[in-house]
Amino acid sequence: MAKNRNPAPKTRYMLPKHLRRLEAESIEIMRDVVAEFKRPVMLYSIGKDSSVMLHIALKAFYPAKLPFPLLHVDTTWKFREMIGFRDATARRLGLDLIVHVNKDGIARGINPIDSGSALHTQVMKTDALKQALDLHGFDAAFGGARRDEERSRAKERILSLRSAGHVWDPRNQRPELWSLFNTRIRQGETMRVFAMSNWTELEVWEYIMFEKIPVVPLYFAKQRPIVHRNGAMIMVDDERLPLNCDETPEMRMIRFRTLGCYPLSGAIESDATSIEGIVAEMQTATVSERQGRLIDTDEAASMEKKKREGYF
Amino acid sequence: MFTKPTTLPASARSKDQLRFITCGSVDDGKSTLIGRLLHDSKMIYHDQITALERDSIKYGSTGNNIDFALLVDGLEAEREQGITIDVAYRFFTTPRRSFMVADTPGHEQYTRNMATGASQAQLAVILIDARKGVMVQTRRHSFICALLGIRHIVLAVNKIDLVAYDKECFDRIARDYLAFAAGLGFTSIVPIPISARYGDNVVDRSARANWYHGPCLLEYLESIDIQSGTPNQAFRFPVQWVNRPNPDFRGYAGTVASGKISAGDEIIVAASGRTTRVKRIVTQAGDLGGAEAGDAVTITLEDEIDIGRGDILSRLDDRPKIADQFAAYVIWMDEEPLAPGRNYVLRIGSQTISGSITEIRHRIDVNTGEHLAAGMVSFNEIAFCNVATTMPAVFDPYDVNRKTGSFIFIDRYTNRTAGAGMIAFPLRRATNITRQVLSVGRRERAALKNQKPCVIWFTGLSGAGKSAIADLVDQKLFAMSRHTMLLDGDNLRHGLSADLGFSLADRAENIRRIGEVAKLMADSGLIVICSFISPTRAERDRVRILVGKEEFIEVFVDTPIEECARRDPKGLYSKVKSRKIKNFTGIHAPYEAPATPDIHLRTMEQTLEHSAKAVVDVLMARSILDG
Repeated sequence: MAKNRNPAPKTRYMLPKHLRRLEAESIEIMRDVVAEFKRPVMLYSIGKDSSVMLHIALKAFYPAKLPFPLLHVDTTWKFREMIGFRDATARRLGLDLIVHVNKDGIARGINPIDSGSALHTQVMKTDALKQALDLHGFDAAFGGARRDEERSRAKERILSLRSAGHVWDPRNQRPELWSLFNTRIRQGETMRVFAMSNWTELEVWEYIMFEKIPVVPLYFAKQRPIVHRNGAMIMVDDERLPLNCDETPEMRMIRFRTLGCYPLSGAIESDATSIEGIVAEMQTATVSERQGRLIDTDEAASMEKKKREGYF
Repeated sequence: MFTKPTTLPASARSKDQLRFITCGSVDDGKSTLIGRLLHDSKMIYHDQITALERDSIKYGSTGNNIDFALLVDGLEAEREQGITIDVAYRFFTTPRRSFMVADTPGHEQYTRNMATGASQAQLAVILIDARKGVMVQTRRHSFICALLGIRHIVLAVNKIDLVAYDKECFDRIARDYLAFAAGLGFTSIVPIPISARYGDNVVDRSARANWYHGPCLLEYLESIDIQSGTPNQAFRFPVQWVNRPNPDFRGYAGTVASGKISAGDEIIVAASGRTTRVKRIVTQAGDLGGAEAGDAVTITLEDEIDIGRGDILSRLDDRPKIADQFAAYVIWMDEEPLAPGRNYVLRIGSQTISGSITEIRHRIDVNTGEHLAAGMVSFNEIAFCNVATTMPAVFDPYDVNRKTGSFIFIDRYTNRTAGAGMIAFPLRRATNITRQVLSVGRRERAALKNQKPCVIWFTGLSGAGKSAIADLVDQKLFAMSRHTMLLDGDNLRHGLSADLGFSLADRAENIRRIGEVAKLMADSGLIVICSFISPTRAERDRVRILVGKEEFIEVFVDTPIEECARRDPKGLYSKVKSRKIKNFTGIHAPYEAPATPDIHLRTMEQTLEHSAKAVVDVLMARSILDG
């Protein structure tokens, strides 16, 4: 279904230096992890960052195939176009893709609408990820998070240690100097690897443009059916989204800056139908990327609160 | 080499990246400067500014003006919640460059954090409060920057508004700094008068300091040439990963650390001395004719030679150093101090090697640059040391090559990154001492004695019965015509370790010596019986690793301390009671019982004779005594 019609520039340009450097840095990190860990995995969330991370990984290990599988933690509430894109990508590239769903969560009827975003995210994303990592015995997991995403990420390590049980101890982070990573872990411990830590949102899009990387069409503006919820525009992606009797979905020219579970992803009005359009729009963007993420709002508020308590 | 496409957005044209660090104490306005740079380069979004305006009025210190420090100071608050704040990375971009700023707040751990941030940086912005001038902190920041190899300094003389934009004041500070920094080896030092709070000379030129004709800060950061010189560096290619997708392809994946290489060039593998030519430089986008510093590529070679992760490829006429001893500057980052003799995992480029400090030449006072004598190196201290590795390392001096001259220390037991090192030079001794390959090995020696060598390590409290049981075991083995040697704590302290006391560092050294001696004896085919309190798991583990897991048998002589004190064979417990001895294991200092000893002897439940027999039984069961 999701045919990758990527509206990319016709001429192929050589990568600008800053992108080449970021790409090389990410490749170096990935190769190091593959050389040092027994069983790495790449967390694949289908979004633009995952697309870039996958693209770079294919370069890092060429001509060998990817020396690790991809893992998608499926909450069962992703946009349909995301799942279509995921499966098409796996087929096109011949990837070893593991899809994990928290069966227990499904059995308990957890969903983003009735359970609330926090519980849904905890059970269907966080717990599901831990299950999958334990189940397959992965000792290192690549993730596409970037330091520019939010303030608390700014100090995240590239190689971030998790104790047995996947607990992060921010007081016990290893200093990272040069590109000399400490890859030693004990039995039961695992490593999260953020190979794209030093990329910014703009650079991700610039890179997608230069490298003509296919991305989910939801990033491009199109007339789509939406309803307004809590000040955000939510796309009516399937019949599971309950509509109030006075609510009729309206068609708007929208796109998404970040993708997740559709009932939790706020759209933006846009007429950027190409990657150039997105890059241009980004130059003049006036709100931050994560503003469209409804799951962040509880967190952000509590972060803010803590911050204030810290001030006084 | 890069042609400017005209259809692309300005941001995506031939842009490069600059990574820099900002150094300054809290009051120097560092947070305000970073906030100002982010804001004035439009990296702060509308929702964030709205929040900032609201917060500034509520919490800020700038009246009704926006307090830019609030943008980045969230970190300080988190510290108070118990989260260790060290280095935060921030990003902003202009049409000409993208920037990554290492922001290192904090005071107590400043050395560690600054070193971490500086290790990635090409330039440092050192802030000075115009009212205060060059201070002790300024010296410290500059020293660490120089040590970490930063060659470009911007001296941001901040709060110039508070000295009424006085040219004299600025000139004096610039003069003072240049005089002080003359010996630090910086390539460029550019002083700029700024006011982070009001934006003077940060992004826009100051009308109020109209006597200043140089560039404003952002303009300078956008234009400084930081690459010059690098293309002429020697070619270094550390192999990260061997790419073998099928029997027909064998490629060496890595990032060119320095210099450049072309297909067809002759190269040498530094450690083995084997030479060959570069066949292809492979990337997914197609083979390249050449690659240069920073390029991540996969190299294939004309000849099949044995190369693995950690090897470094170079040109024949400009090779890296190879040595198992070298001098290095060390920045210590662990709560447990660096003690000479203790074994660490060293990561040098993609090489992972065992190593230890053989000598602390001197410690360096970061504030004054003064050299001090030191027996150990504590958290956040810097020292100049001799390092020995168990196999030769391939490297360059750090001031020649940051990529191949840097290393980290990893604590074997906690896996923490315990320190960072910058190699100064190889030690000459190393080149003259080559490990002698012995024709008669340990296997031959042991076979002659009709036994398997091992180290039997008795640990337990003073008075637990270690020495007595060890002696009985020795007698039994002797009676069985086995070749043994008994090493006892007190006896060795009279000779081999007579020069050592009981400090942390001395204890570590003592155990290191005993471990080495035990290993030599085991190598000669002996069954070595050792009896030492050895109270910490870490020190016993060190010997275990040195000797080899299979040949190390840990015997825990388990006697409750009350019973030890009652027996008191050496009268030590009564001396402790009368306070004649301090630092006594089990009383003042902890004894860490082995979690899973190979043999656990509970002396309250069995006689010495039974205990000794239990040990011999285990030796038999493990076929140690088989011929």
